[in-house]
Amino acid sequence: MALCTTTTSCISVASFVASSSIIRRDSRTSCAARVGNVQALSSSAQYSKFGGSRLEIRLAGKGCGGQKTSGVRAMSSSDVEKESGSSRVIHGQCFVVGDNIDTDQIIPAEYLTLVPSKPDEYEKLGSYAMIGLPAELGRFIEEGETKTKYAVMIAGDNFGCGSSREHAPVAMGASGVRAVVAESYARIFFRNSVATGELYPVESENRVFHENSTGDTVTVDLDNNVLINHTKGKTFPLKPIGDAGPVIEAGGIFAYARKTGMIAAK
Amino acid sequence: MAQGCALSTTFTTGIMGPSQLLQRGSSAAVAPSMASPSQSQKWNLSRNVVAVMAPPQPQQRSPASTGSVKHAMTVTEKILAKASDKERLSPGENVWVNVDTLMTHDVCGPGTIGIFKREFGEDAKVWDREKIILIPDHYIFTADERANRNVDILRDFAKEQNIKYFYDITDKSDFKANPDYKGVCHVALAQEGHCRPGEVLFGTDSHTCNAGAFGQFATGIGNTDAGFIFGTGKLLVKVPPTLRFRLEGEMPPYLLAKDLILQIIGEISVSGATYKAMEFCGSAVDAMTMEDRMTICNMIVEAGGKNGVVAADKVTFQYLEGKTTVPYEPVYSDDSASYLEEYVFDVSKLEPLVAKPHSPDNRDTARACKDVKIDRVYIGSCTGGKTEDFMAAAKILAASGDSVKVPTFLVPATQKVWLDLYTLKVPGTDKTPAEIFAAAGCDTPTSPSCGACLGGPRDTYARLNEPKVCVSTTNRNFPGRMGHKEGQIYLASPFTAAASALTGYVTDPRDFL
Repeated sequence: MALCTTTTSCISVASFVASSSIIRRDSRTSCAARVGNVQALSSSAQYSKFGGSRLEIRLAGKGCGGQKTSGVRAMSSSDVEKESGSSRVIHGQCFVVGDNIDTDQIIPAEYLTLVPSKPDEYEKLGSYAMIGLPAELGRFIEEGETKTKYAVMIAGDNFGCGSSREHAPVAMGASGVRAVVAESYARIFFRNSVATGELYPVESENRVFHENSTGDTVTVDLDNNVLINHTKGKTFPLKPIGDAGPVIEAGGIFAYARKTGMIAAK
Repeated sequence: MAQGCALSTTFTTGIMGPSQLLQRGSSAAVAPSMASPSQSQKWNLSRNVVAVMAPPQPQQRSPASTGSVKHAMTVTEKILAKASDKERLSPGENVWVNVDTLMTHDVCGPGTIGIFKREFGEDAKVWDREKIILIPDHYIFTADERANRNVDILRDFAKEQNIKYFYDITDKSDFKANPDYKGVCHVALAQEGHCRPGEVLFGTDSHTCNAGAFGQFATGIGNTDAGFIFGTGKLLVKVPPTLRFRLEGEMPPYLLAKDLILQIIGEISVSGATYKAMEFCGSAVDAMTMEDRMTICNMIVEAGGKNGVVAADKVTFQYLEGKTTVPYEPVYSDDSASYLEEYVFDVSKLEPLVAKPHSPDNRDTARACKDVKIDRVYIGSCTGGKTEDFMAAAKILAASGDSVKVPTFLVPATQKVWLDLYTLKVPGTDKTPAEIFAAAGCDTPTSPSCGACLGGPRDTYARLNEPKVCVSTTNRNFPGRMGHKEGQIYLASPFTAAASALTGYVTDPRDFL
C-alpha cells in the first residue's frame, strides 16, 4: 500500500509540474501572508525544504495520536534531528466537512474545562473532537473509541472560525488528525495549529471538499503540494505550507525555537 | 491632529447608488463562497442597502519635498511600529512587539499557565506581574468541579506570581460578596482602566478585539502564544492591512451599534476581514459612546478580522478619566495612509437587523423575520450585556408597558453593569432598568459572567439545553453555540431583542418606538 501510494504521488506530481511555477509564485505570496506569524522564526532555520528523498508514509488514526503528549508531540532532540529535512506525507482516510466550521463545532464550549497542557485531559479533549458537528455528517470518532480513524480533514472556506480556543487544534491533534486541507482558515485557528504543532493547516488551491467523500483514502503530500484521493483517483493542488511546515514538524513554536537555537534548549 | 478619518487625497468616495453597489459587490463579496445558501441570500439583500466600497486605492507614496520619503501609516500600523521600536511599518511585515497587557481567563488561563511552566520552568517568573490580568468570567456559577478547579488554578498562580490584577471570586453563592470579582473580561478590562489608546493588548479570547474601541491594538491569541508572552512579554505579529469603514450620517433612534456591525459582517462575510485590521471612522462613529464602539470592535472577529480600531478622541479620554493613572499616547492614522479597501455606509438608511442561524453573516432585516416564532430572549455577554445594552432593552419595554411573551434572561456583563441596573434611571422614566424588567416579567438579572453566550457547563443559567429558538444580543450563532446543536440563535441588538420578547416573534423595534 505504501509503495503504491508513493508511486501514485510521484506520477501525480509530474503532471503538476507544468503549472507549478505559477502556482508556487502566487501561493508563496499568499502563504507568506498566512505563515507570516512564524516567518521571522524561520529566517535562521536550517532545513532543506525539498531535500527529503525519503517519503514517510505514516498511517495516522488510531495509535498515531499516541505520539503526542501534553499538547506537544513527544519528540526528543534526536527525533528532531531525524525529522530534519524529511518529507511530510500523511496518508489515511479523510473526513469531509463544508464551509465555516467554527470552533464550537470542533470542540463545544462545555468541554473547555479540560486543560490541554494536562496529559490526561489532553487525551480526553481528543475524544470529544468534532463532537459539535451536525449528526448527518457522521461520527468522527466511533462509539467507544477515543481516537478518530480519519487522519485528514477536508473542508471549505474559513475553517476554524470563531473562538481563539487553542483547545480546537489540540482536540483535533489529540484525536489523531494530522492535517486539515481547507480552502482557507480563520486566522487564530491557523496560528494555533502552527504554534502547537498539532496539525498541518494546509490550504487547497481550489474548492475541493465537494469532490471528496468521508472515508476516501487520501494522501496529503506536503513536499509536492498535492492532495491525492486514491478512492476517487483524483489529485488536487495544495498551496505550500511554507515556513510553517518546519515549525509544525518540530512540534510547535517552542520546540522549533529550541531546535533552531532561538531559545536555549531545556 | 488628524482624528477621525480625513479622506485620503488619492481618492474620493461617496454613497453610491444600488447599481454601482452591485458592480462592486459582484467582484468582492461573492467570490469566496458562492455555494452557501446564506451567501446567495446576502447577495439579494445587498441590493437593498446603501453600502459601498471605494475603488481600489493607489498604493503610491509621494516623496516629501525634503527628499526623505514620508511614510504614511494607519493607526494599527503606528501602534505596532511603536511597540516594535520601528520608525515605519507596512502591512505584511513581521515584527516582535512589546506587549502592554496580557489578559487571560478561567478557560484558557490554566492551559496558558501549563505551557508557561513547561517551557520556562516550574520556578519561572512572569515577565511583568503588573501587565498580566487574570479574570475568571466564563464558568463561574456552576457545580462543575473541573470548572471550579480552573479558577483555583488561576488563584494559585496569581498568588505564586504576585499578579497585581486578579479579579477573584471565592463566594460563588453571592457574587456581591466578592468585591474583586468583575465578570466578563472584555467589559471588565475597559471598566477597570486596562484599555488605553496606543497600547498593545493580547488576550486568550477572540473577543479581545473589543478593546480596539480605545484606539489600541487588541487581538485574541491561543494558549501557546500567551504562554510565550508570560515568559517574554513579546509576541511575533504580522502587520495587517487595514480595511476602513466610514460610518456616516445620523443614527436613527431605532438603530444601535449592534445593527451596524451586523450590517458590516453581512456585507463582507464571516471571512471578509481575515488577517485584516478593521478601522472605523465617520460622523456616526464620532457620535458614539465608548460602549457603542466596543460593540462594533467586539464583533470584528466575526468577520475574521485581526483587530478593530476606533481612533481615540474626547469621548475616549472622558471615559478613561479616573480609570487609569498609566500615561498613554494615542496615535492616529495619517491622512494619506493606505487602506486595502474602504467601505462607506450611510447609517441613516439602515434598518434593524438580525443574523439568522447559523452564521453571523446570515443577515436579514428584523422585519423580514417577523413570522419567526421564538422561545426565549437572552440579553448579555461582552457584546450585548453592557449597561447601555440593558438601558436600550428597558427603553423598549418601558415604551410598550406590556409584559414579555417569552422567558427573557438578563445576564449583566460585570458587577458594575449589574449595579447600574439597580441604580440608574432609564431616560424618560423614573424607574431603574431592574424595575422595568421586573414589571415586564423578565427574569431577575443574574450573576455577571459569560453565561450562556457560549453554552458552557450543562448547569449554566439560560443555557439552550433544548432545541429552542432564541433572540440574543450575543455575538455568535454557530450550531451549538449556546448549548444545543439544533438550537436556533438570532443575533440582534438589545432593541430588537426586547421588541421580540414583547411579541414572541422576531420583531423590528420600530413597532415600539
